[in-house]
Amino acid sequence: MAKQLVIDGKAIEVEDGITLIQACEQAGVEIPRFCYHERLSIAGNCRMCLIEVVGMPKPVASCAMGVNDLPPNKDGSPKVISTTSPMVKKAREGVMEFLLINHPLDCPICDQGGECDLQDQAMSYGMGGSRYIENKRAVDEKYLGPLIKTSMTRCIQCTRCVRYMTEVAGVEELGAIGRGEDMEITTYLERGMMSEMSANVVDLCPVGALTHRPWAFAARPWELRKTESVDVMDALGSAIRVDCRGREVVRILPRNNDAVNEEWISDKTRHVADGLRTQRLDRPYIRKNGRLEPAGWDEALALVAAKLKAAKPERIAAFAGDLAGAEDMFALKDLFTRLGSKNVDCRQDGAKLDPRLGRASYLFNTTIEGIEQADAILLVGTNPRLEAAVLNARIRKRWRQGTVAIALIGERADLTYPYDYLGAGPQTLKEVLDGKHSFAGVLRDARRPMVIVGAAAAARPDGAAVLAAAAKIALLAGEGKDGGGHAFNVLHTAASRVAGLDLGFVPGGKGGIDMGALDVAYLLGADELDMQTLRASFVIYQGSHGDAGAERADVVLPGAAYTEKGATYVNVEGRAQLTARAAFAPGEAKEDWAIVRALSAHVGHTLPYDTLPALRAAMYKDAPALARLDMVEPADLKGVEALAARGGALGSEPFGSALQDFYLTNPIARASAVMAELSALKKNMNRGTTGTHG
Amino acid sequence: MALQDKDRIFKNVYGFQDWGLAGARARGAWDNTKALIDKGHDWIITEVRNSGLRGRGGAGFPTGLKWSFMPKNDPRPSYLVINADESEPGSCKDREIMRHDPHLLIEGALLASFAMRAHACYTYVRGEFIREREQLQAAVDEAYAARLIGKDNIHGWDFDFFIHHGAGAYICGEETALLESLEGRKGQPRLKPPFPANTGLYGAPTTVNNVESIAVVGDILRRGATWFSGIGKPNNTGTKLFQISGHVERPCVVEEEMGIPLRELLERHAGGVRGGWDNLLAVIPGGSSMPLLPAAVCQDLALDFDTLSKLKSGMGTAAVIVMDKSTDVIAAIRRIAYFYKHESCGQCTPCREGCGWMWRVLQRMERGEADKREIDLLFDVTKQVEGHTICALGDAAAWPVQGLIRYFRPEMEARIDRYHAAQKQAAE
Repeated sequence: MAKQLVIDGKAIEVEDGITLIQACEQAGVEIPRFCYHERLSIAGNCRMCLIEVVGMPKPVASCAMGVNDLPPNKDGSPKVISTTSPMVKKAREGVMEFLLINHPLDCPICDQGGECDLQDQAMSYGMGGSRYIENKRAVDEKYLGPLIKTSMTRCIQCTRCVRYMTEVAGVEELGAIGRGEDMEITTYLERGMMSEMSANVVDLCPVGALTHRPWAFAARPWELRKTESVDVMDALGSAIRVDCRGREVVRILPRNNDAVNEEWISDKTRHVADGLRTQRLDRPYIRKNGRLEPAGWDEALALVAAKLKAAKPERIAAFAGDLAGAEDMFALKDLFTRLGSKNVDCRQDGAKLDPRLGRASYLFNTTIEGIEQADAILLVGTNPRLEAAVLNARIRKRWRQGTVAIALIGERADLTYPYDYLGAGPQTLKEVLDGKHSFAGVLRDARRPMVIVGAAAAARPDGAAVLAAAAKIALLAGEGKDGGGHAFNVLHTAASRVAGLDLGFVPGGKGGIDMGALDVAYLLGADELDMQTLRASFVIYQGSHGDAGAERADVVLPGAAYTEKGATYVNVEGRAQLTARAAFAPGEAKEDWAIVRALSAHVGHTLPYDTLPALRAAMYKDAPALARLDMVEPADLKGVEALAARGGALGSEPFGSALQDFYLTNPIARASAVMAELSALKKNMNRGTTGTHG
Repeated sequence: MALQDKDRIFKNVYGFQDWGLAGARARGAWDNTKALIDKGHDWIITEVRNSGLRGRGGAGFPTGLKWSFMPKNDPRPSYLVINADESEPGSCKDREIMRHDPHLLIEGALLASFAMRAHACYTYVRGEFIREREQLQAAVDEAYAARLIGKDNIHGWDFDFFIHHGAGAYICGEETALLESLEGRKGQPRLKPPFPANTGLYGAPTTVNNVESIAVVGDILRRGATWFSGIGKPNNTGTKLFQISGHVERPCVVEEEMGIPLRELLERHAGGVRGGWDNLLAVIPGGSSMPLLPAAVCQDLALDFDTLSKLKSGMGTAAVIVMDKSTDVIAAIRRIAYFYKHESCGQCTPCREGCGWMWRVLQRMERGEADKREIDLLFDVTKQVEGHTICALGDAAAWPVQGLIRYFRPEMEARIDRYHAAQKQAAE
């Protein structure tokens, strides 16, 4: 049922059940606000959004008043709402003045300057002068961890941060103590906030009370060049904005993408920025006498070409790392094909995923948005809180809406929502599969069931059997249900994984690559491989950071990081997205596809594309899914059926987790001082070595 | 025309008699309550509505009407919550009921709960009321032992009476903050709508009533709506506990007819204003949140809801605070402003920031250390707080200051002149 309203003289029909602030927005009227945030619960405490409803004696808080709550006019005429009346103007000016009387006048040294809601709204709705001559309030700083710098004197007590931490992050560590004007936001014990998504409170803070500590005082927002891009720290492909000054990435902020990350990003996504500046490979190196010596591009490429040509095709192999772009992998695979080698692999962890079974066998088929409709979720060998923090927040969001059964088989962990713990190992999975476990019934009765298999479960020696069992459970649960056919989900941790599988970046022959029998290994940003098993006499490392791969390498080819190239990444759902070049790679480093293209000329198999568009045209022909940017196409269910049919014997080892340390999962994160600090803090906290912790 | 003894409801308000069950029974409580219950839910609500009883907690909302808002066929349980968080400076009637006539409250709670189809009643007792709570608890235990309440009681309506002890925050007397506190959270008012009758305690339909409103229900039902509405004035019916404090000879709590003239009340029960009626400076008629009224207005002042609200003051809880001419009225209001600054919950902006501002300005004005223009500024600030907050505490903080400026502006200006003259002298 639609509802008629007259807002500022404009008649409008709005949907039932929305709030007045939303109705005003639909009418094109902007309402100032501080505490209201559409993704958080309604607090109604800043009183900035007061508007006049004709017939009501007092102004009403438009964020808290639903259109249905308005008492009807006696004659049945639509309610008249004014946002410009003297009553509203007075109310706004009054609230604005109250907010400002105890707010420090330190805008020139405040990091929020330029993107401060209080500043902006004071300009638009304030009185212009100050009438307050008493002393201003001062509030002690609080310790909220290494990511969040506080200046609590600036706090206007809107409680957005409190509501975010409680509702979205699911970590009840922030609250308000004290009363009246002595109310303060604090963690009380001041141990720092232990959430993987804590820094989002800074975005939410409408004033400069919470700012980013790692880039404090580094830049003003108006001097930054803003580039819209996609994150690669996990496999979700969260929408981000990369802010640069000159050629340096100063900060990374979230963008809105309702389908993926809403408007949250993990702390790793955001604060890995300093890792983009350190440990960079900025020129080619060649190992001489056991030491990596600087070299020129021609020299390095010539050496690589010579080694590749000299080796037998079956004794060379290419491995793509977790951050590799699709274009880079496509070019490298193309080159290896031309060299006659089928030895390529994008599965550093050894996941038993096979793209030949079909796309559905390795995608997060329910989609991230689809989690909100799920009513039964089975987690197998995964800790989504660490492996995909933002996705975990989506599961928590679903849980907060009620009536969802969540169960876990694997390692016990605090996922920020309660779940049924079914068991630790494949034995329990088998019980669910055979219908011997009560949760099998829950899945069967669910309208929209979900089975989520973690990357670690897929990478076990019996990974194929685990995947098959999970696929069978998902197929049984989803049988004959509306949209339930897509109950099977793989939760990858590597940003490059889905694109790699889409491109068929896996060994061509039966069986994998014999790591010990290689003469030449080409590592495309592959740092997670066990370098001990790689007995190849000659190792080429192409990548952006000096990490495990570069340390082992005989030749280093400096590449570009994800903020320095336009590359395609496909997220867990199969959503192809493009990163954009926000800055240039340092020194002599080049975009990765271009390095492969240059190498191909040295090898004598020149790749037939000189530009990125030409490469993409060839790539899209090969893997058409990559061409459908920002879209998710439901994959054919046959993939899951094929996976289920694969079978195999389940082991007895309990499931582990894909990540040992959330903050240090890739070369960029390992180069970041901020991530290192967080990692160390987290370790200490887990050990309980703080004074207040026993 | 003072209240006659036969019309008194609170016959033990002075505590001279036995507060226990035997004493209460001797005074008429629990007398065939079953017969009242047998008349049905709706009869009780209609009777209370016809009696014209208005809420005794301050706002004066018709009690019977409030009860009728409770949904009738709701799968959720209903609750009665009794607000015994009597914290308004000047108010001290609920404690007298709880410690001297507790059975009136318990019986009223049973009847009110039955009327609203509630099987449980929670009484939120102010944190500072230790003895009162103990006494009330003892009375509740007596009632349980006598099977007047509880499961399978003699009245045929299962009913539990729970006492919750607050922690002493004034804001928890606000009905939704009280519910928050009762649920174990920080006492901060909720946004309305939804109103408690729809979504109250634990998300279920709830009615929150003042102690006195509930305690009079038994007598109203037993003696009839017409008896109650025959006392007092139209729309301001019944008897009321007046609490007289301040500069009178004998401060006291006394039950009187609604609409009794102020002067008669003070002189009959409190020995009159200290130093005689002519020594009266001002009166706060309804507890600290109500604007004061100067002596000139008090001559023929009748104490009832409508008369007082016409004078831009209010009946409040009928806590009459008397100030004689020795009072520094600016200091008095400054102290009240400090109270509201101290008790503001801090949730919403105008009250959180405005209360401190008002108090600080008044602090200077008490010394005269201000500019005359600041009186207008102060008035403006009160208007910026009033009506812009989530709950009524903002209004309660603003009104006393408005009353001061309305009636004592010359006094404030004279204080400022004196201060500046003295400063000038000191400089010379």
